[in-house]
Amino acid sequence: MPGEERFETIAGCKIRLLRGGKGAPLLYLHGAGGGGIWFPFMETLAEHFEVFAPEHPGFGASETPAWLDNVGDLAYFYLDFIEKLGLKNVTLVGSSLGGWTAAEIAVRSCASLKALVLSCAAGIHIEGVAKGDIFLWSPEETIRNMYFDQKIADHILAQPLDETQQMAAAKNRLATAKLAWQPRLYNPHLHKWLHRISVPTLILWGDGDRIIPPAYGPAYQALVPGSKLEIFKDCGHVPQVEKKEAWTDRIIHFAAEAG
Amino acid sequence: MKFFFFHLMPYAALDPDYDKLHNSAWVTLPNTYYDPKIGHELYNRYLDEMEYADELGWDGICVNEHHQTAYGLMPIPGVMAGALARRTKQAKIAVLGRALPLLNNPLTVAEEFAMLDNITGGRLIAGFVRGIGAEYHAWGANPAESHDRFHEAHDLIVQAWTQPGPSKFEGKHYHFEYVNCWPRPYQQPHPPIWIPSQGSRETIEWASHPSRKYTYLQTFSPVSALARFVKMYHEAANKYGYQATNDQIGWSMPAYAAETDEIARREARPHVEFFLNKLLRMPQEMLLPPGYLSLASMKGIVAAKKGISAGPRTMDDVIEQGIFLCGSARTICERLEKYQQEIGFGHVLPQMQFGTLPHELVKKSTEIFAREIIPYFRRKQEDTGASPARVSA
Repeated sequence: MPGEERFETIAGCKIRLLRGGKGAPLLYLHGAGGGGIWFPFMETLAEHFEVFAPEHPGFGASETPAWLDNVGDLAYFYLDFIEKLGLKNVTLVGSSLGGWTAAEIAVRSCASLKALVLSCAAGIHIEGVAKGDIFLWSPEETIRNMYFDQKIADHILAQPLDETQQMAAAKNRLATAKLAWQPRLYNPHLHKWLHRISVPTLILWGDGDRIIPPAYGPAYQALVPGSKLEIFKDCGHVPQVEKKEAWTDRIIHFAAEAG
Repeated sequence: MKFFFFHLMPYAALDPDYDKLHNSAWVTLPNTYYDPKIGHELYNRYLDEMEYADELGWDGICVNEHHQTAYGLMPIPGVMAGALARRTKQAKIAVLGRALPLLNNPLTVAEEFAMLDNITGGRLIAGFVRGIGAEYHAWGANPAESHDRFHEAHDLIVQAWTQPGPSKFEGKHYHFEYVNCWPRPYQQPHPPIWIPSQGSRETIEWASHPSRKYTYLQTFSPVSALARFVKMYHEAANKYGYQATNDQIGWSMPAYAAETDEIARREARPHVEFFLNKLLRMPQEMLLPPGYLSLASMKGIVAAKKGISAGPRTMDDVIEQGIFLCGSARTICERLEKYQQEIGFGHVLPQMQFGTLPHELVKKSTEIFAREIIPYFRRKQEDTGASPARVSA
């Protein structure tokens, strides 16, 4: 059953929100590629949670508010979002750019959170460990570099984007550049405050991630007190697609153990 | 009509086979392809060519800014303008331009330009650009802020030149407690400001605004695009309630003059094709980083499925489209006269060296312009008086 689509206005910004399932709330924050699609992994999660999958301000069908300058702005927006929707004990899951956003939310306040999951998250920098240049890669290189299993890339590339999808992709790239062009995909101050995260935290990574290399997994783990790390074998930047069963399974169990 | 000698100062010794290993002459092309001994000779040769244009009586000479590329060796164009400031005596020196959004402190441009204007006794023309997309990769500046930073940096520089200092500047990207430019510009209230562009409605509406009336330069475009954007400038001016003059319009294109059309084409071909296919080479992602164009403009590109650097281009293509002006003095005069009558522009900025075009041919072409083409238009202007304002229908 696909998620229900509706629009919510928060902090003066109308965003698209996909919602589905029953249970404790799970807020999923998408990466630079954008949202607005009810993916199979969301369907699996929706068997255990009420899944909220918003499209970030500046992306896809959501508005671009004048206040959006950096990921910190996005973090405050989602604290407003959680408050406006009255969510409590939220399992917060962020992928890539969304993982960075989730970390920025958690260092500001864990009051409404139950657990945090960072999946191939941007947000920090390790000297000498270069991230992929997502802005210089061609669309095909980007898709190929996202997946370990090139059959998935082949399948995606076999379906060319229509004009509306191309415009959404251009909008997503613009929003990503605004948030992450310089410094590239991180906030130089975030690492100083990750010790403030006071909820159980699970860090998931692909050992073949060519966008945020797997060395970032242990780096996050060292900075977030008591966090757990799992690195999936033969997996790229999108384990929620490439290792859907394992990825959803770990989150479901981790949230259950978090009480 | 005024004639400005435009130079890109390319690394003409670039190994033409570089593209077997690298997809661009910009940003990612290793600088090990650059030999400083050859560079030393090229810089001095190119400066000689510009000084020669001054000696021959050209109205102006132009330098410009590109970063981390074999396409042009002037990352800091003020160095070239400074070298030319003392060696030239009459030509205007146009820096076209500084790429303002790349700068963390645009006051450096206010200072640099004011210095040049003082040294030359008011021969400076100040060019402001956003820079092409590749510069945002090269300098790490955020292309999503490009438009905003351009406007704010411009306001800051003009304030530094025109308001008695110290004054305050309170912007979003730039904030200064003390804006107090020493030296003040020689030309009052400030040097002429020119805006080179590949053509966009936003830029034209901004440049033509009555508070600015900046000279708009259409660069490296088909003549049909020149016509369209000049018309847009006139329409914008009309909407603002005034008639734009030819002084507000300029056109820059690679150009080559020789004894006959046939000789010109034969001599120019390998050099202009090196320029088109080797030096201009870059992938779309480098040329158009996100935010460089507005989403509305991107829509046009998506719809047109336009690959800017798609496929090799020939000299014949660019001559036919009017991107490249090539031929005998007579052919070039006829072309320019026709375009000027149909489109209307007060400044012509031929790029006299392109690709691998060697010194002797640059000199010859520069001389033919100075002795046959420029005088033709000067005589014509004397006969008819100052060129009248032109309003496109």
